[in-house]
Amino acid sequence: MSILGNRVLRVEDPKLLTAGGTYVDDVELPGAVELCYVRSPHAHAGVVSIDTEAARRAPGVLDVLTAADLALAPIVQHLPGIPAEMARPFLAGDRVRFVGEAVAVVLAETRAEAADGAALVEVEYDPLPAVVALEHAASGETLLFPAAGSNVAARIAPAPAPSSAPGAAAPGAEGSIFDDCEVVVSERFVNQRLAPCPLEVRAAAAVLGEDGRLTHWSTSQTPFAVRQALAGALGVEEGKIRVIAPDVGGGFGAKNGDYPDELLVGVLAHRLGRPVRWCETRSESMLALGHGRAQQQTITLGGSRDGRLRAYRLEVVQDCGAYPLLASFLPHLTRAMASGTYDIERVEFESVSLVTTTAPVVAYRGAGRPEAAAAIERAVDRFAAEIGMDPAELRRRNLVGPQRFPFENPTGTVYDCGDYAAALERLLEASDYDSIRAEQAARRSCGETVELGIGLAVYVEITGAADLGGEWSAVEMLPDGTAVVRTGTSAHGQGHATAWSMLVSDALGIPIDAVRFVQSDTDLVARGVGTFGSRSLQTGGVAARQAAERVVELARELAGELLEADPADLVVDPGGGGIGVVGTPTARRSWAELAAAAAERGTPLRAEVDFTPPGGTFPFGAHLAVVEVDTETGGVRLVRLVAVDDAGRILNPLLADGQVHGGLAQGVAQALLEEFVYDAEGNPLTTTLADYLFVTAAELPSFESLRMETPTPRNPLGAKGIGESGTIGSTVAVQNAVVDALAGRGVRHLDMPLSPERVWQSLAATG
Amino acid sequence: MIPAAFEYRRVGSVAEAIAALSADEDAKLLAGGHSLLPLMKLRLAVPSLLIDLGGVPSLSYVRDGGDHLAIGALTRHCDVERSDLVRRSAPLLAYVAGQVGDPQVRHRGTIGGSIAHGDPASDLPAAVLALEATLVVEGPDGERTIPAGELFLGFLETSLRPGEVLTEIRVPRSPGGWSFQKFNRRAQDWAIVGAVIATAPSGRPNVALVNMAATPVRAAATESALAAGAGTEEAARLAADGLEPPSDLNASPEYRRHLASVLVRRGLEEAAARDGAA
Ligand SMILES: Cc1cc2nc3c(=O)[nH]c(=O)nc-3n(C[C@H](O)[C@H](O)[C@H](O)COP(=O)(O)OP(=O)(O)OC[C@H]3O[C@@H](n4cnc5c(N)ncnc54)[C@H](O)[C@@H]3O)c2cc1C
Repeated sequence: MSILGNRVLRVEDPKLLTAGGTYVDDVELPGAVELCYVRSPHAHAGVVSIDTEAARRAPGVLDVLTAADLALAPIVQHLPGIPAEMARPFLAGDRVRFVGEAVAVVLAETRAEAADGAALVEVEYDPLPAVVALEHAASGETLLFPAAGSNVAARIAPAPAPSSAPGAAAPGAEGSIFDDCEVVVSERFVNQRLAPCPLEVRAAAAVLGEDGRLTHWSTSQTPFAVRQALAGALGVEEGKIRVIAPDVGGGFGAKNGDYPDELLVGVLAHRLGRPVRWCETRSESMLALGHGRAQQQTITLGGSRDGRLRAYRLEVVQDCGAYPLLASFLPHLTRAMASGTYDIERVEFESVSLVTTTAPVVAYRGAGRPEAAAAIERAVDRFAAEIGMDPAELRRRNLVGPQRFPFENPTGTVYDCGDYAAALERLLEASDYDSIRAEQAARRSCGETVELGIGLAVYVEITGAADLGGEWSAVEMLPDGTAVVRTGTSAHGQGHATAWSMLVSDALGIPIDAVRFVQSDTDLVARGVGTFGSRSLQTGGVAARQAAERVVELARELAGELLEADPADLVVDPGGGGIGVVGTPTARRSWAELAAAAAERGTPLRAEVDFTPPGGTFPFGAHLAVVEVDTETGGVRLVRLVAVDDAGRILNPLLADGQVHGGLAQGVAQALLEEFVYDAEGNPLTTTLADYLFVTAAELPSFESLRMETPTPRNPLGAKGIGESGTIGSTVAVQNAVVDALAGRGVRHLDMPLSPERVWQSLAATG
Repeated sequence: MIPAAFEYRRVGSVAEAIAALSADEDAKLLAGGHSLLPLMKLRLAVPSLLIDLGGVPSLSYVRDGGDHLAIGALTRHCDVERSDLVRRSAPLLAYVAGQVGDPQVRHRGTIGGSIAHGDPASDLPAAVLALEATLVVEGPDGERTIPAGELFLGFLETSLRPGEVLTEIRVPRSPGGWSFQKFNRRAQDWAIVGAVIATAPSGRPNVALVNMAATPVRAAATESALAAGAGTEEAARLAADGLEPPSDLNASPEYRRHLASVLVRRGLEEAAARDGAA
């Protein structure tokens, strides 16, 4: 029996739970110089002067550097269409653009001395107006980059969707796609800014070797991208740099950027010839690690009174923060998934990405797709309320049918496969939807102050898009009978060592602990893209599996020669015995013998594969949340969260559960608790975990997680990504549940997070 | 997140602590550190010297004092929460201690530190107000007692004098009904608003509020309305009368006033139900 599909325990855990992992800040680097950044307390200001004298005289301080001292070109983003003037400098030069932007760096013998030194750097600022509200940014009244001429970092023009009816009015003509709609609802949603909060904050360490090569440790999801950025900054070949991401304590998308404060560690180690290290504090992380989401959306949804959705428009204003990083691109993903699981004939999308004097916005669990799901799923509920139809029924009437795949949605995205109606029906049954509705009605009729709310979301998302490239993997059988698998992906908590070892152990018929897993070291791995966007199993995992299969082919040929048998008669012994003739247990060569023989011939049992899928895959599912809303206090309690998720074929249900549970928790967090807040002057107000309401287990019910498996045809494992779907479905399901609870009291929409005061005020407003 | 430089001294007795405290006006006592250290990490508190009381074991106890319960200032929240004696003679206090923060916080934080810090958002200061507790302090001029009602003067400001150490909290036995209504968004958080109801020696309910003013505070208007015979609902509506609650990310003053009324009403109802059941 194959090990694939089983709940294999994580091979990573014994180390992480006992001796402890090795995170970047655990790397021993004797004699390292410690860095501490001097960060701007102003959201927007000219930098008049920086006086480093007192800091330089402080005990242990070796040097204090400013932008002028560094003389480094800004970091260029590899994203289309961003104005060159908006590139992010390593240290702010004559202007700071968000609270927390680094203006100088103190180098000292110890971390404490660096921090004390930083407190002595005197920076004179000439304050400029902050730009926080997106309306203000759009007006162009205050420009962050005067040379760019506007605050616009990117735009997606309102091109009519391909399937727009011929003869439709010119783009921009108001309401044209809604002309035949009996009912049209419109609403503005705020998909609030979040702080990704990985448990391990950012850190970097670097040392220049005697051979002139730089080794740089980074808490990264994408070590090869870090190497590329460092090579660019140093003007050296990538081969002169080794980047290692050791154990990484979470990233959630935010650790795949080129952060100047991290890269500078490698740059300075190279320049000084002395090891250099840096680890940010939690407060610094809240300020300067990128944020997520931060979209303002205007939806318009039209259809018939009997519940047929016909036209949908989504207008997005994306807040990029001070420098356009990945956020400028997020609306493309929102656009790709705009119409979600619904068969809506006409869809229009338009977006503008603006810079503001706040922390740069980057990828965060779902990156652009949760925003799409939140918009359409909220819009559908809003429409259902408008026509007085049960939201489950409205969804049922409009889902893309299972016979329509591959399905091209109106924004041109081609979904691989799915059965959305099956997911919804399974969810309704598992949650006993009708009885919850009955209880809701019963409470309402006797006027209870604690209302029950039910929220649905039927989502689809995209993972492993082909334009992000494929992945490399190599598998080698060693003469000691163990195998090594190398991969270009870079896990940071997901459990790839377990998953990849399963794939290889299953192909070679060797025990899982006879497989060694190697990742995240640019010297030990030939090439790679990294781990983000739920892409790893369907790219790197497939490559590893195929490489293992090629090793089997090589071994069969070799064994055929050694055993004087026809390779076609040779099979892998699933019991770890190597390769032998079918039905003849004695005619067999062990893996150790085969590897030794191969080594003797100078042709090791080794294979490499680059696998690029033909297209992205589209995980889908249906989530249901039940909440209790205390109408006296506005307090919300999440009572149940039921999730049906389909991520194609599941390699290891235990790992999948881990991804789903974490995803659901972060979705609930956005719906109910988390928001990174700036005041009108651009001061961040949620810079500690006492103010920023990170979710904890105590706020969560026991999740009811169910699975469907519709294998994708887009890769041989049939696997789709499952890292983000929990977040994508649950966020809006919880939001819908709270609005649903209050529907009987006249509430039609509430933005997230659904704080008690916001809920209470909505009730006070509707009377 | 990295505190400014400071000296550290671990003392073995209260007398030693008083001497050290009197010798340096920028020195601070360190108990559980769970209020002080966060302030130091943000450099909002910059003491020259930390005098660690952790080595004074004689300050951690729960004793039967006859008509009252005596609790040593260094007793951890978790020990107050679990003590059978506290549960029997002042169940309200045991319950409130169990609502502080999360298990880690309750295993470090001390009742004395919490009361001496006087944070209006903290739970135990409001509880000792409602319970009409008495605080025993020792200082350069010897020992004195302070009624809880005279301790909290302003925001994080108490009537403790320079050089004084809080050593004991005396809680009158309170057999009547009680309630603690803590409203927050996450289980581990400080209250957005809290309402503590205890039965006064007079037999009437005392009502104290968390996070409704610059100090822990009694809901005077509610208490006098009750004394004058008002019903629960009516008295609760007056909970925030005369108070100026703070404004923060979690709540506007207006919302806090509203919450105070709801929580006081629920608290009075629960206390009455407990009283009836007892
Ligand atoms: C994450 C977190 C959550 C929390 N949640 C809550 C909550 O929900 N509710 C709540 O009430 N509290 C909460 N707290 C605060 C916690 O209860 C603190 O432990 C307590 O308020 C202070 O006690 P301490 O022993 O830690 O005092 P310390 O921090 O050591 O000292 C606080 C102050 O009191 C002074 N001091 C200490 N002991 C004495 C003494 N014997 N005599 C005179 N002065 C003294 C110190 O000099 C200092 O100024 C939380 C704290 C944290 C970190």
